[in-house]
Parts: sequence; C-alpha cells; structure tokens
Amino acid sequence: MPVNMKQLINLVEKEDWPFTQGHRLCPGCNAPMVAKWATMTAKALGYEPVVGAATGCLEVSTTIYPFTSWNIPYIHNAFENVAATISGAEAAYRSLLNRGRVKTDKPIKFIAFGGDGGTYDIGLQALSGAVERGHDFLYILYDNEGYMNTGNQRSGSTPPGADATTEPIGSEKAGKVQFKKNIVEIIGAHENVYAATAVTSDPFDFMAKVEKGLNHKGPAFIAVLAPCVRFWRIPESTGPQITKLAMETKYWPVYEIDRGVYKITRKPRNFKPIEEYIRSVGRFRKALQHPEYKEIIAEMQRYVDTRWERLLKLEEVTKDLYLR
Amino acid sequence: MPTRLAVTGAAAVAHAMRQINPDVVAAYPITPQTPIVEYFAGFVADGIVDTVMVPVESEHSAMSAVVGSAAAGARTMTATAANGLALMFEVVYIAASMRLPIVMPIVNRALSGPINIHGDHSDAYSVRDAGWIQLFCENSQEAYDMTIIATKLAEREEVLTPAMVNLDGFITSHGVEGVDLLDDEVVRDFVGIWEPKYPLLDVDNPITHGPLDLFDYYFEHHRQQQEGLKNAYKALPEVFAEYEKISGRKYDFLDLYRMEDAEYVMIVMNSAASTAKYVVDELREQGIKAGLVKPWVFTPFPKKELLEALEGRKAIMVLDRAMSFGKEAPLYSLIKSALYEAKDRPMIGSYVYGLGGRDVTPTMLKVPFEDALKGDLDPNEERYLGLKE
Repeated sequence: MPVNMKQLINLVEKEDWPFTQGHRLCPGCNAPMVAKWATMTAKALGYEPVVGAATGCLEVSTTIYPFTSWNIPYIHNAFENVAATISGAEAAYRSLLNRGRVKTDKPIKFIAFGGDGGTYDIGLQALSGAVERGHDFLYILYDNEGYMNTGNQRSGSTPPGADATTEPIGSEKAGKVQFKKNIVEIIGAHENVYAATAVTSDPFDFMAKVEKGLNHKGPAFIAVLAPCVRFWRIPESTGPQITKLAMETKYWPVYEIDRGVYKITRKPRNFKPIEEYIRSVGRFRKALQHPEYKEIIAEMQRYVDTRWERLLKLEEVTKDLYLR
Repeated sequence: MPTRLAVTGAAAVAHAMRQINPDVVAAYPITPQTPIVEYFAGFVADGIVDTVMVPVESEHSAMSAVVGSAAAGARTMTATAANGLALMFEVVYIAASMRLPIVMPIVNRALSGPINIHGDHSDAYSVRDAGWIQLFCENSQEAYDMTIIATKLAEREEVLTPAMVNLDGFITSHGVEGVDLLDDEVVRDFVGIWEPKYPLLDVDNPITHGPLDLFDYYFEHHRQQQEGLKNAYKALPEVFAEYEKISGRKYDFLDLYRMEDAEYVMIVMNSAASTAKYVVDELREQGIKAGLVKPWVFTPFPKKELLEALEGRKAIMVLDRAMSFGKEAPLYSLIKSALYEAKDRPMIGSYVYGLGGRDVTPTMLKVPFEDALKGDLDPNEERYLGLKE
C-alpha cells in the first residue's frame, strides 16, 4: 500500500514528527526536507525508523548536545562510516531478534543519511562493503555537490565550472574540470540493490522511492539533489525550483536501477538547455565569465544528452531483466 | 567438566568467544590475528554459536560496525592487530567516548613501517590514550581468561568502557600450549546477559547517540570517561576475585614473580615474561635476589600497586617492546613517573627489546640484571637488547 497524503496529514496532526523543528540548518537548506520526508514515510508505512548519519551539516546542526531534533533513535559515528555503523546496528537487530531480545513488535528499518563528501568520496568503501554484504538498510544521499559543512570545498560530486574553495576558478585554471562521479550507477552495479535518484522539487516521487527502498529486502540507495543555498549562491526560497530545472535540463535525470533494471521515473515533456540551469546557479557565475565557458557548456550539453540517450536505451534493454 | 586442550593462543581466544557467544562479531582478517576470526567463523558456520558475524571490508568498518552494534544493545566483539588497529584508530576513540563495552583481542604486532608482521607492542601503545581498558597476557591461558574477564568488566554499569586483550603475535597467537577451558555454562553464567540502559533499538525511548559535543560539554564527557576508568580500577579486583572462584586462577593488576625479597627487578609485559621468569630462576640459583613484575593491567595504569611493589628495591629494569621516538620508551616513562612519589627510589634503567618479532633469549634478558649488579644503570639512557650494531 503506497504511502498517501492522508497518512502524512495524520502524522502531522498528531505532531508525531520523527525529525522535528529546532535544528540549526540554514534557512532554505534542502537537507531537512529530505530527512523529514524519508522518516515520515517510514513511520506512515508502519515501520520504526532507526537513523544513522555521517558527519556533515545534517548531523552537526541537528544534534548539538544537549539538544536533538530526532524523535527517533539516531546514531552518528564519524564522517566516512555511516554505512558500516548502520550495518552493525542492523546485524545487532537480526541477532537480538533471533534471540528474542527486541522490545518492539513493529519492524525496525534502518536509514542512513550522508552528504556527497561522505558518500562519493571518503565513505564510498564502507558503503560499497555494506551494500555488497546485503544489509537491509536504506542509504539516502543528500547531494549538495560539495563539502558544504566546512565551507564549499570540492567533492567527487562537484560539477565542472562550479566554484569551490579547494579548486577555485583562477586566471590560469578553469576550476574543477572533471565531471561528477556517477554514484548511482556505481551503487547500482552492486546488483543486489535498489538505487535511485530524486529531486527535492518532487517529494512524492522521492517518497515513493523511499517506500520502495524500505520494502526492498536488502540494501537500497537514493541520491537526492539537495541544494545548499548558501554555496550554490541561490535565493533561499529556490532550492526545489533549481532541482526541477536540473531535471528538466537533463543535468540530474530522475531514474532508478532496481536490481539491474533501469527505469526513468520522470520524463520531462520539454527539455531545456543546460545553459539555463548553469545561469540560474550562482556558483557557476565565475565559469560564465571564463573565456572557455562556451566550450565548457557545449561539452556539458553533449554529455547530458548522451547520458539521457543511454538511459533510454538501458531502460529498454534491461526491461524485466532483474539480475538478482 | 573443565577441558584441557592443546591449542594456539588464537584458538584459545576463539574458544572464549565461543563460550561467551556474543550477539555480533564484526571483523576483518589481518596477520597474525586472522586465525581468531577464522576459528570463530568456523563456530558460526557449524552452528556451534548463533552469533551474527559481519565480515566487513576493512578494519575501519569493523570498528564502525561494532560501534553500531554495541550502541544497538548487542554484546559485540572484534579482533585486530597492528595496521588493522591503525586503520581503526579514529573509531577506537569514538567507541570509548560512546561508552560501548566492546571487547577486542589485539594480537600484538609491529606497526609499519617498514612492514613487519611479527610481534611487538607498538600497536597497543599507539592507542594507549584512546580510553580503552588494556589487559596484557603472557600466554594462551591468560589470553583465554582475560577475554572472559574483559567482557565482564567492560559491561559493568559504572565502567562501560571498551577493553582490549593483548597477546603476542605468533609467539602466543600461533604457539600451541595446553589451555584449561571452563565449562560452557560456567562462562555463560559468569558473563550473563548485557542489559544496556540506552540501546539504540529501544524505539519507544529514542536516544541520540554520538551527538555534536562542542566546548560546552566535551570537557565534562571526557571527565566522565576518566571516571569510567577509575571505576574499572576499583572493579578489577572484584572481577578477578569472581573469576578466581570459577576458575581457580588468580589474577591481579601485577603478576609478581619471586618478589618477596627481590632486590633486582625486571618489568616486562606479555610473552617475554616467561623467558624473564626462567632467567630470574637461574639468577636465584646463583644467590642473586632477582624478581619480576609483569603488569596484567596496563590501563587503568596500576600506579599504586607498582609503587608498592618497587619501592625500596635496589634496581628496576623496565623492558619495552616498542619505541617512543624522541622520548623515553612507553612503559619505562610511566614506571619512572610513578617512582617520583617513592620515598626510597631505586636505580632504574630502560631497555628496548624484541622489535618486529626479534627473538628474545635468556642470555639477552640477563644483560639488564648484569648491568644492575654492576651498578651500571643510567635513568637517561635507552639501551637495546639484541641489536646488531
């Protein structure tokens, strides 16, 4: 039974918020929406969510001792190890369940949150290990394309042309030149996994994927494009709007890889040129002033078009061919 | 009926783990710890224990997973050595600060570089300030006993501090000896079931574990960790006494060997103590009043007991199986600092031996005694046993 608006309204009316107000994330930050929607979906489905978080904005802003924004069990360990930490908790759950020592009758579901630094980069090994071992957990990546907690340093997710303090655009160098790492396909290639992308402009698509991920027996992964309004240099009210544009320009295609089967879950009717996206995000401003900007944009356009074509073909050829 | 087995130290530890039957074991293989994990995996595969085993992809994830598991409320163990411990390092501190009673046998091995897979204590010393209880074992029997003792101690509510059980790489881990095993039920009753107060899986009483702890509380939490170790110091004699009741084997902070009237005292940890005891016996036959102190407990450091044992002796020779570059050797500096409070300070000397698994012979261990007998001990000189120069 898919989660519906009525269930969510019920939760809101009961003020049964798994993730509450009072956190200290920046106004306009998209990470708390992701945390709230995911945990509410779990609750609405009748699960007891247990959450792990990697070091990052979401962690430091919601658990400043002695305060906490989490009304559900929560654990933070370090930057790179949330997948390993939650896999230990999940193993403990299996063991204690087997030994009759778990106090709740409701099924517990484990959700791990990580930013792009802790997922694409330093935490990739732990995540890969946990997925390979087949732990039953949902990993949610809120991807703001940089180490924003520490002040806009580049990550493996930072796109070319974006201004980052550890790879700035200077007179001799056009900032970061590499494209983003394709994290969803890396995780999807583990085969025993449900992997998907989502955008903050489409909560229902995201929540449907959270539901799929939670119901999937084994590891699940959702990468949500979640702008950092501060370092993306965008107005506070425009985060979701920007992710919608990212989807419409093919910059961030919204799709899933369910045990090897590709499916594009949102197909915009009319695509917009990538330049429209780049012009609307302030972190690309310097790149637009760069003498080579036209080539950079042309290269990005070629890339996103090709990737979209590739996704369409993958969707066709993998249809119903579940690997595991 | 208690059984006597001829097994390696690694197998002895694995048997202790089998009898404890922890809820979760997450581990990664590393020489010379690997056989512990292998033996235990065998017990799991054969259904002898119903522990959930998590064969992680690295030691960093091993320590991370045991933190998740122990926080969830499960009795959790792992094991490691040298570079594996180094990879865990970050999370070793976190485990202690989260007050999780994880038990971790460490098969002591030289810490690279250069790479070396043999026994020394540089790994254990590298985490001496991480906030773990650190026990040291001379042989397989002690490694077996201490694994059980550590489990009981770490989980006491006033302690709630993780514990490491150190045994020497290859010498103890791979050497076969006779080991007396307790009955399975006796061990099971001794360790009981750990009932944590604030498990992560208590969904009706949700708790935030591992929050951000800024300057307004971090200090207080470290102070609480210190209290945990002070309480461990108080609890140790009780736990040792309880263990003596079930096993007949007596442990203490220090193993005092022929110390009643000893004038020349060697201090050494782990397996080299066996060789040192042999040397002490030889010297005693020659009428020399030699003695040996072997700390079983390194953290909490038994300063009071050491002072009592060492005060008024003629000479103390401290042996370290590790260096502290640019400073005095780790055990030596602690012993020397303890003796500051002695009314009657003995002569003292520092000896480094056996690095990277170099053989430790009786001839070698006689040297510090010979130096002491000649009155040739210099508190400011680090001397090396068996070094090719």
